[in-house]
Amino acid sequence: MQDRLRISCSRQNLQQVRDFVRGFLLTAQRSDLVVNQVVLAVDEVVANFIIHANGEDATQFLDLLLVLANHNLDIEIEDYGSTLFLPQGKVANPDLKAYIQQGRKGGMGMALVSRIMDQVEFFERNSHTVCHLSKVLS
Amino acid sequence: MGPIMKVTAQPADTTLTLLLDGELDASSAVVLDTELNKPELLRYKKVLIDCQRLSYISSAGLGVFISHLQRLQDSNVKLVFFNMQEKVFNVFEILGLDSLMTIVPTEQEALAA
Repeated sequence: MQDRLRISCSRQNLQQVRDFVRGFLLTAQRSDLVVNQVVLAVDEVVANFIIHANGEDATQFLDLLLVLANHNLDIEIEDYGSTLFLPQGKVANPDLKAYIQQGRKGGMGMALVSRIMDQVEFFERNSHTVCHLSKVLS
Repeated sequence: MGPIMKVTAQPADTTLTLLLDGELDASSAVVLDTELNKPELLRYKKVLIDCQRLSYISSAGLGVFISHLQRLQDSNVKLVFFNMQEKVFNVFEILGLDSLMTIVPTEQEALAA
């Protein structure tokens, strides 16, 4: 099964993204815990695209594609903005004790994504940034 | 569309309980940040976070708690989470934050922490 969603680059659309992913996976009868993890991973990537890659420019948009075949979940998030955004797919473990001491707010999103998803890739396609996430769902 | 996060403050003597209702993401985390930035918070010995109605948290929400934790500790204010849903606790676990923050099952245990 597959489904698509297009959203503009406003953080107000994050809830719509989560509801979209949640609805797709719950239709496929996946557990609440697994669903929440995947919803979180997508939320984190989309939030990064919206805030850091597109500066919350609501005239820009992202396309989300969810594909579930047997137990293999593939997610593609394509950024139609003009700036390429290619963060590392895998990130080092954030030093959370140091973050607490520094009072640091950010820098954990991609660590969450890396730990939840089996594969995380960012690449360029037709001058757009694409993030591909995949996970084998139990 | 209404707000996706509501924070209700319930003060009592030396303890302040913040009841979180909704989803904490990059758009709603500011609501929590505003609440935790209030100077009167430092008058309490404990700030309890009631998570019964917290249905979702992303790194933005975690980041708000992380950004305030040291300041609270430096002022001898203990931050304790309770009533956390399994799927929300799981997010803390994924990052290892469950060992750096005080998270207990019930309000009674939170008051005693």
